[in-house]
Amino acid sequence: MDALLRKELRLELRAPQAVPAMALFSVTTLVVFHFALQRGQVEGDLAAGVLWVTLLFAAMLGTSRLFVADHEEGGLDGFLLAPVDRTALLVAKAVAMFAFLAAVEIVAVPAFALLLLEPAPDAGTYAQLVLVLALADAGVAIVGTLVGALAVQTRARDLLVPLLALPLLIPVVIGAAKATTPLLLAAGAEAVPLRWLAILGLYDLVFGLLAYAVFDFLVED
Amino acid sequence: MTNALPDNTGYVAAAYLVFFALILIYVVIMATKLARFERELTELDELADRQSEEREREAVHS
Amino acid sequence: MYGSRLRALSILTAVTLTAGFGLAFFYAPMDADQGFMQKIFYVHVPLAIVALCGFVFGGIMAIQHLRTGDSKYDLRSYVAIHLSLVLGAGVLITGSIWAKASWGHWWVWDEPTLVSFLIVFLLYATYQPLRFSIEDPEKQGRYASVFAIIAGAFVPLNFLAVRLAQSYTHPRVFATADGGLPAKMQLPFYICLAGMALLFATLWKYEMASKHTSAQLRSLRRKLGGDDAVAPRGRTASPSLGTGS
Repeated sequence: MDALLRKELRLELRAPQAVPAMALFSVTTLVVFHFALQRGQVEGDLAAGVLWVTLLFAAMLGTSRLFVADHEEGGLDGFLLAPVDRTALLVAKAVAMFAFLAAVEIVAVPAFALLLLEPAPDAGTYAQLVLVLALADAGVAIVGTLVGALAVQTRARDLLVPLLALPLLIPVVIGAAKATTPLLLAAGAEAVPLRWLAILGLYDLVFGLLAYAVFDFLVED
Repeated sequence: MTNALPDNTGYVAAAYLVFFALILIYVVIMATKLARFERELTELDELADRQSEEREREAVHS
Repeated sequence: MYGSRLRALSILTAVTLTAGFGLAFFYAPMDADQGFMQKIFYVHVPLAIVALCGFVFGGIMAIQHLRTGDSKYDLRSYVAIHLSLVLGAGVLITGSIWAKASWGHWWVWDEPTLVSFLIVFLLYATYQPLRFSIEDPEKQGRYASVFAIIAGAFVPLNFLAVRLAQSYTHPRVFATADGGLPAKMQLPFYICLAGMALLFATLWKYEMASKHTSAQLRSLRRKLGGDDAVAPRGRTASPSLGTGS
């Protein structure tokens, strides 16, 4: 599994494809939001919405690329011949996806704070935001791995990824947006409501178990 | 038991009509399928008839 | 054979559903707040419950399909999800009409059940395009089953998340079926629910019988005319059933 994960990350590092595109896309989306909303600054629930729409759509880009390299180069065939547990592939892909999302957010979140967020968040706010981001990213990474593996086998890959993933990720959006709103209030950050962190955690748990249960059937060929 | 909001009768009727229309559309779809089955069965029946005729003719010739 | 007992089931459905609607209109009392338009409840809510159960049933059949590899279960799952989508369209339209009658808007976001239903409906709407874009029948069945399982598990999780997200600005007595529903409304409601479940079962059996007959016709054609007589199956979203058995 270690080797698989290293392969994923090395591939992205040597010929960066997904992460720069996702990061660029998210910054562009923030600019689009500025003009579409006709606002220089956002705060509170609007800020949470802008942030999550941007991150989610950037994640869609990454999801459709996640299995493409393997599929085109017959990488999965080579993997399937080797006596490795399929679950290792799932974990490696999901962790790689999580790492990509984290890398994108290192660019996108400061850019968001710089470009649109009205009161610049302090260190404590960032720490809490990282917690919310981590929980939400785990859900996005798991669902992204499942949907990516499902869609790569079809003819309409790029069309199906957002159609499948966005409805599945609505609970993540609900939880993440509700949890982020109090952090981004203009009047000063409030504590993250634990209820929404619990929802995000529950979502990660359920989909993690689900992915573990069905992933064998997705790569069996 | 008086109808307190007579204006809303139309909405109730509309909701039930949607339901019945849905079922009737299903009936129409089923009807087309049934018609296709009938046509195919007629074809196959003719095919079977022709084959048994051929077999009889071969039996006479030999 | 899916056609067996279909007649009895059809008759039972017709009787139950007619009785349920009859009771809803002539036996159930007028709702204190909503008056006559509360009658939409008796068609909308059973339809929604049955559609959701249909989705979950499709997921259970998909589990069976992956475990046994028998394409029979794939067909069952496909037909259940297909039917639930059709009923789901009805749920959204009747729900929208009810919202218009109650609150004057065709769509209200603070109605968690209907919002959740829309999300589930949008997710399942991808089921057919997903099937259609995979050509190999074996793969198609397998991936469709994986989707059906994921989506089936998503249904309850989604309802939980959306319900928690709503501030209860419009508390409704009958939103929870067993909670505040008066006894004289409960009887018609449960009969309507039973009728709707029977309707689902009937339509499911109709569809299964039709698919089964279609497969048998193909097999018969092959026996009579050889493989050349059978037109190749084009690209289709519908699962292939092996030669009719």
